[in-house]
Amino acid sequence: MSMILPVITLLPLLGVLLCLVVPREEAALHRGIGIGVTLTAFLVSLLVLSGFDPATMNHVVKWAWAPSLGIHFHLGIDGISLWLVLLTTFLMPVVLLSTVNAITEKVREFIIAVLVLETGMLGAFLALDLFVFYVFWEVMLIPMYFIIGIWGGERRLYAAIKFVLYTMVGSLLMLIALLYMYIKAHQATGQWSFAYDTMRNLILTPQEQLLCFVAFALAFCIKVPLFPLHTWLPDAHVEAPTAGSVILASVLLKFGSYGLLRYAIPFFPSAVAECAPYMQWLAVIGVVYGSLVAFAQPDIKKLIAYSSVAHMGFVVLGLFMLNPRSVNGAMYQMLAHGISTGGLFLSVGVIYERRHTRRLDEFGGLWQRMPYFAATLLIFTMASVGLPGLSGFVGEFLVILGTFSATRDAIGIPAVVEHAKLLGAICALGVVLGAVYMLWLFQRAMLGPLTNPLNKKLPDLTLREGLVMLPMLLMAFWLGIYPSTFLSDIDPAVVKTLAAFKEKNAAGPATDAPRMLGSTDAKPAADGKPALPAGHPAPTAK
Amino acid sequence: MTQNYPLYLIALLPFLGAALNLLFGRRLGNGIVSLIACGAVAGAALVATKAVWILGHDLPTKGMLVDQFFEKDWITAGDLHVAAGLMLDRLSAVMVLIVTWIALLIHIYATGYMEHEPDYARFFGYLNLFTGSMLILVLGDSLPVTFVGWEGVGLCSYLLIGFWYQEDKNATAGRKAFIVNRVGDFGFLLGICLLWTLLGTVKYAEMGSLLNELRRPFWMGWPAGYWVAVFLFIGCMGKSAQIPLYVWLPDAMAGPTPVSALIHAATMVTAGVYVVARTHGIFDITPSAAQMLVSGIGAITALMAATIGIVQRDFKKVLAYSTVSQLGFMFVGVGSGAYVAGIMHLMTHAFFKAGLFLGAGSVMHAMGGEGDITKMGGLGKHMPITRWTFFVYCLAIAGIFPFAGFFSKDAILAGAFASKFVMADTANPTQQMLINLYPKFLWGTLTLAAFCTAFYMWRLYFMVFTGTFRGTHEQEHHLHESPPEMTLPLVVLAVGAVLSGLIGVPAVMSHGLPESVQHFTGFFEHWLVPAIVPASPEPHGHALEWGLMAGATIISIAGIGLAASLYRGGISKAAENVKNSLQPVYALLWNKYFVDELYDLVLVRPLKMLARVLWRVADAVIVDGGLTKVGPALVGWFGTRTRRLQNGDVQRYLIAVVLGAAAVLFLSTFWLPYRGVQGSITKEGRRVNLVLGEGKVPNNRLVYRIDWDGDGKFDEENVRHAEKGFFHDYQNAGTFRIVVEAHDPDWHVGKSSADWILGARKPLSVTVE
Repeated sequence: MSMILPVITLLPLLGVLLCLVVPREEAALHRGIGIGVTLTAFLVSLLVLSGFDPATMNHVVKWAWAPSLGIHFHLGIDGISLWLVLLTTFLMPVVLLSTVNAITEKVREFIIAVLVLETGMLGAFLALDLFVFYVFWEVMLIPMYFIIGIWGGERRLYAAIKFVLYTMVGSLLMLIALLYMYIKAHQATGQWSFAYDTMRNLILTPQEQLLCFVAFALAFCIKVPLFPLHTWLPDAHVEAPTAGSVILASVLLKFGSYGLLRYAIPFFPSAVAECAPYMQWLAVIGVVYGSLVAFAQPDIKKLIAYSSVAHMGFVVLGLFMLNPRSVNGAMYQMLAHGISTGGLFLSVGVIYERRHTRRLDEFGGLWQRMPYFAATLLIFTMASVGLPGLSGFVGEFLVILGTFSATRDAIGIPAVVEHAKLLGAICALGVVLGAVYMLWLFQRAMLGPLTNPLNKKLPDLTLREGLVMLPMLLMAFWLGIYPSTFLSDIDPAVVKTLAAFKEKNAAGPATDAPRMLGSTDAKPAADGKPALPAGHPAPTAK
Repeated sequence: MTQNYPLYLIALLPFLGAALNLLFGRRLGNGIVSLIACGAVAGAALVATKAVWILGHDLPTKGMLVDQFFEKDWITAGDLHVAAGLMLDRLSAVMVLIVTWIALLIHIYATGYMEHEPDYARFFGYLNLFTGSMLILVLGDSLPVTFVGWEGVGLCSYLLIGFWYQEDKNATAGRKAFIVNRVGDFGFLLGICLLWTLLGTVKYAEMGSLLNELRRPFWMGWPAGYWVAVFLFIGCMGKSAQIPLYVWLPDAMAGPTPVSALIHAATMVTAGVYVVARTHGIFDITPSAAQMLVSGIGAITALMAATIGIVQRDFKKVLAYSTVSQLGFMFVGVGSGAYVAGIMHLMTHAFFKAGLFLGAGSVMHAMGGEGDITKMGGLGKHMPITRWTFFVYCLAIAGIFPFAGFFSKDAILAGAFASKFVMADTANPTQQMLINLYPKFLWGTLTLAAFCTAFYMWRLYFMVFTGTFRGTHEQEHHLHESPPEMTLPLVVLAVGAVLSGLIGVPAVMSHGLPESVQHFTGFFEHWLVPAIVPASPEPHGHALEWGLMAGATIISIAGIGLAASLYRGGISKAAENVKNSLQPVYALLWNKYFVDELYDLVLVRPLKMLARVLWRVADAVIVDGGLTKVGPALVGWFGTRTRRLQNGDVQRYLIAVVLGAAAVLFLSTFWLPYRGVQGSITKEGRRVNLVLGEGKVPNNRLVYRIDWDGDGKFDEENVRHAEKGFFHDYQNAGTFRIVVEAHDPDWHVGKSSADWILGARKPLSVTVE
């Protein structure tokens, strides 16, 4: 049994233990531990790639945790989670390296929070047991709350509480749905289990599916965030320290879309059939709305936060078009957004550390003083705009193409493809609007005359900042130039997921009692008498 | 027939040059930077030329060289496969040669022009990046690959227009170019998407055999192919600066002049023409609505831009509007089926317009950056090479025999005149007449535009090079001919502007010449037809053809004559008089028909306003307010109401506890079994069905005992309620009392129908016959 997955998940906790034994004054040592541990986790996570089969779960471990309740510490990785996991492990050392000057107080606590967060994120991506998933999902919340609330900006408490409340509302509903499914699964199989496969094969009645789907989707759509559930994001981003913003944008938001694809969509096909059009429209509204509102922002971080709303709109649209092109595009957009928006937030952090302001009108003409920084920001800007050759293009292209051409696939749900062309066209409009606000940002910050006297002495990127940016830049190019690296793992998993969805949808919802995929509904017996559940004494007739 | 050839080198060499210069150029020194930049482009030009040679010599007319960047497909997603493939056929061969060689000349020119630029390496890095992207654009073997280059050149255009970013004006011009082009890209993307949706492929080589699919009706009564063409053409409008998306190109003159010459005259802006020719199968589909659209937009753009060019005072602005106008000519060519003429004009235009811009650069170099032509004059004697090459370019663009522009412009005019557009059979006679007149309209508009072209070009020439100098003494003192690295490209391009037309002489002119000469003069047509594009429409009868040529020549000479009479030897009194007497017209043209103002009013301001309203009202008040205010308000309301329950009065608490406990006990011990023994009875002959609990008791919660005949003995014990209840077949007629006992196994409480406590119902009884 390969131990890679539990190792990378729990390695950060080992780092936490190390931090706890090192005296709190040793800030540099704490940073060293943080970077060392996350870097080790990244290197170990690369081992996942050897002999990887994207269409199945790899490196599976299944340890009994509370077997009488059917809870197992069950982890596995397939083509859908692979690159998200690697994105997470890749980002963490980069993020920690970026905080050297930004976080100078309570360093030990900060490192611990980030490490716990990493464990939470990896566990949630890898979990194959819904109980484990839920535990890790909640584990992520606490450190993020502290990162925003302790190391954040002026209104950090407001932002932190808003973040927690929004997330909690969704996740509590999800918990209820989860427990409901747990009980229903017991009814259908006679066994208590939180296993992913069991839940995926469980078929509920249409009303049950709808309610559970709404509960799951609400939790995930708040995380994404989908319009109109997005307003926690600008506040959280603006108030969070750079590292928090980067982790939030690059990884945490992805749990929303990952959850939709991994859980909400495969679990409840009949509800998806019903709700997909609404989700699609909310997504494209988010694309246009996010872009327009971004355009009006005077605060750089807020602008990027709203751009995230627009970019994640592409992702949700891609997911709910339910064809391999659009879903591949959504997956790809998730990675690309992680790199480009993460890069943008890191870049904002660089000038924030120098000037302690994020207002666009404070800047202008920085290129003259900071050419390397300007080039970096330009590349992330263009990646975000979706320029071919950089990370943003492939995802956007696939989502638009997948949406527009959705009528080619017979998913078996006419409503899903009803407005395909219109949705595709509006979505493509987002590409135009993306250029409007991002180039506006770039021009206001970097181009034009250098008028503000406070900006006249700004130093260019330091070596450390360069080391932070370099891996992000390389990834932006890699994602843009050679997408095969990523798609060759994503595509088979996506195709398989959609095939499974189609199969489950074709099997139809349960009529009354829950059943498992593959078994048939209890049918009336030939003599017209109602069939009785097994083990039930038949009424004796006299 | 296809053959593999390392075409990737053609694009990769400039990219490598760009990478080197952008990453390390600041440390390398100008000499090495120039060497890398020019060397990379020269290498690309040589490989390209070799490839074209192989294509022309070793392969049949329809053959092509192919190559792929990566072993695997570039994008794989489900049933979509896009390879990063390149192909060189006879159409891309023309483009590749133009791009590489003209780029090389302009790189060389720029080593002189940009000599004193502190950001020398960045400039050449961008220029190389552009060249590489442009080569991807023309070599791409599918629309997505072309789109990659298409966006790449857009980026470089953005970067180079805003090259002197310290001025906000330049940065804004760059941004405008990018955004207007993005509007076009929106169409281009949808075109790709629609095409793939319909055909399942976007590879040029695979499209040909599937085009019939595009004839199906699709939307608003037009066939699918029409919509693909419209979407693609929206992209072309953006990149090739056609109405209504041309507004970025005049502003793009903010960039350094070599950039204007390479990107905004010779190569990038012609990409739209190339794409129409490349996908001509889609545009050719009848009814010819797409062709009419393309040629109509081209003709109107040609005339409109030419009229604006007449009054402009900025050297480069005149040339910019001239470029917009000439691109309009090309679109009329490719839009009326005269693909050869359109592509040929693309080629000749690349020579003379690149030359004109480089000439402008040479003049502005001498003038210390001054671009206002009213402050020039008499420069001819100071800079003879610039002057005489400029003279040649002006003859070429005016279309004077035997300069290059004459042949290509004449071919477009003849093609437009002779073109035939086919519309639906149902067109009524008036519509049919208009359709038949359409080619004449195109021809007439272009002829007018050609007159304006001759006029404004020669106005420019006379105002700049003849007469006396109108600038400052300081400027006059510094007037000088440019260094050889700048004049050499001018001369080479001038040679091209003279000779390049000779490979596309109309058949009627070469009639009777020796065959070998005819082979040469018809080379361009034989190269492209019929392998790549269909033959151009030709006017009926030689007399008509000669007549059209003569007419066009006379028009051009008239334009030159008018310009000479008004501007030769300086701005004449007569010119001022004309301007003053036509003041409203002048104002309209000077302000470029107020199109920028219109866009500002109709698009830019409303968009900004909408963005602000969405943010301040929709987002802050409705969405955020709705979720963050209403939710807590509800919680708060509930809290204030319920907090009275927690008032610390222990007696009340105790009452509540007792009442609550009583309620729980009542419900649990009594309610379910009580409901459980209530029921309804239905009869079917002697079968009696009994439904207990009436849906108010959860199925299977209770365990029952039933006495069907009232004899005190239970006939059924420990049964649960099935879906449809219990039944009993009576053997004898009679009236029976039924006693039911329900037992809740979880709470260990039970109830029998025999002893009603609340007495609400009669005991169950049934009579069977």
